[in-house]
Amino acid sequence: MSSSKNETENPAVDGSELIRFDKVTKRYGSNVVLDQLDFSVNSGKHITLIGPSGSGKTTILRALMTLVKPEEGTIKVSGQYLFHEEKDGKLVDAGESHIREVRKNIGMVFQQFNLFPNMKVLRNITEAPVHVLGLDKDEADERARELLELVGLTEHLDKYPSQLSGGQQQRVAIARALAMRPQILLLDEVTSALDPELVAGVLDLLRDIARSTDITMLCVTHEMGFARDISDDVLMFNEGKVIESGAPEKIFSEPEHERTREFLSAVL
Amino acid sequence: MTFDWGVVDDFMPRFWDGVLITLQALALGTLIAFALGLVWAMAQRSELKWIRWPVTVVTEFIRNTPLLVQLFFLFYVVPEWGPSMSPLTTGIVGLGLHYSTYTAEVYRAGIDGVPTGQWEASTALSLSKGHTWKAVILPQAIRRVVPALGNYVIAMLKDSPMIAMIGALDMLGEARGFSNETFTTEALTFVGVAFIVIAYPASLLMRALERRLVLK
Repeated sequence: MSSSKNETENPAVDGSELIRFDKVTKRYGSNVVLDQLDFSVNSGKHITLIGPSGSGKTTILRALMTLVKPEEGTIKVSGQYLFHEEKDGKLVDAGESHIREVRKNIGMVFQQFNLFPNMKVLRNITEAPVHVLGLDKDEADERARELLELVGLTEHLDKYPSQLSGGQQQRVAIARALAMRPQILLLDEVTSALDPELVAGVLDLLRDIARSTDITMLCVTHEMGFARDISDDVLMFNEGKVIESGAPEKIFSEPEHERTREFLSAVL
Repeated sequence: MTFDWGVVDDFMPRFWDGVLITLQALALGTLIAFALGLVWAMAQRSELKWIRWPVTVVTEFIRNTPLLVQLFFLFYVVPEWGPSMSPLTTGIVGLGLHYSTYTAEVYRAGIDGVPTGQWEASTALSLSKGHTWKAVILPQAIRRVVPALGNYVIAMLKDSPMIAMIGALDMLGEARGFSNETFTTEALTFVGVAFIVIAYPASLLMRALERRLVLK
């Protein structure tokens, strides 16, 4: 992460700024979840967001996925405003089609998998590539089969989600997100709903993906070992703000902030 | 008093006319109720207040006034300034419209029952609103509510004799006419049984459909 404030407009090239939050505030009633939050993520980085529950980590992912709309501030993805458009030099609320266009760069994996129970595994993966990206059926099928091989579920493509274990469902959800070839992958506590014996498999898969692709990852997790393994940077959140950030070795071994030390001693 | 099958024999031609009317009213009324109810339910979830509001008012109004009043209104009042329809058409529209306000509630419950995560996953995949409804939400919502929808088909069958009041002679309307003319009662009894003969298999069919549609 770089918290530099210079306003250079870089389109997405490797290593350049891909995500920027600028004074983003999100409230639920009187509860401020994100408080004038500034941060940016460079392309290809794997970022882990840690912090106590309610500190705003998940809200960041949800705002990027346009599932919640911040009241104030701007978010940029690949140099484009996510919720705004520029008209006559002024920022105005963006229309649905603009939001959808920017959002196509982003994929998300949820804590509760959220697979479509009315579709078989294969169609769960092909549905969006066919209907959003306009791939033809064969192309999408092929892409889905490759991804199912990657996540180790080739033999299950003809099953319904309910016939799979939680870990298998989460692998399908990962394949589904990757099928859109997003630049950014958001992982929202993806192992929290899994039985303990299934966690390792999913984390191993994500490690593989982190290593073998140049996809930018933002990851909210309570698995500190995993965070240490895959992260280029760890961001410690507290009360809607980043209070500390840096390489995982630094954050986990010599945290500077008192709150970070407390948090880590509680979870490690 | 004995049951005279000879009377039933005489009634048969008119009975079949009536059955035809009843079944048409039921089939087409159901079609309208199922389709229009879905439109109401989706409109009530619209983000636009000027869509949500009028739909709520209209459906509440229809649901809370008697079907018979609505049939009279459609048949006698609407033609004063709008289209006039045949008794059967009026009956079909009336039944369909009336029951659409009930099926709307059923759909609404079904749609509300689809977890928020399904909407969120659809957003995360950038599926359009329309496609999300069609491919994700409705298939899940409708499966849940088929049994409840089925109940309203049976209820509509039982309300269908009301259309005779505006001159669309369903099986009961025919039986009543026949009985009045011949001073007999067999036709009325016969039609009573005919309702069971239609309703019971219909409910079995619904149950079979329910079993088939339950999400695996």
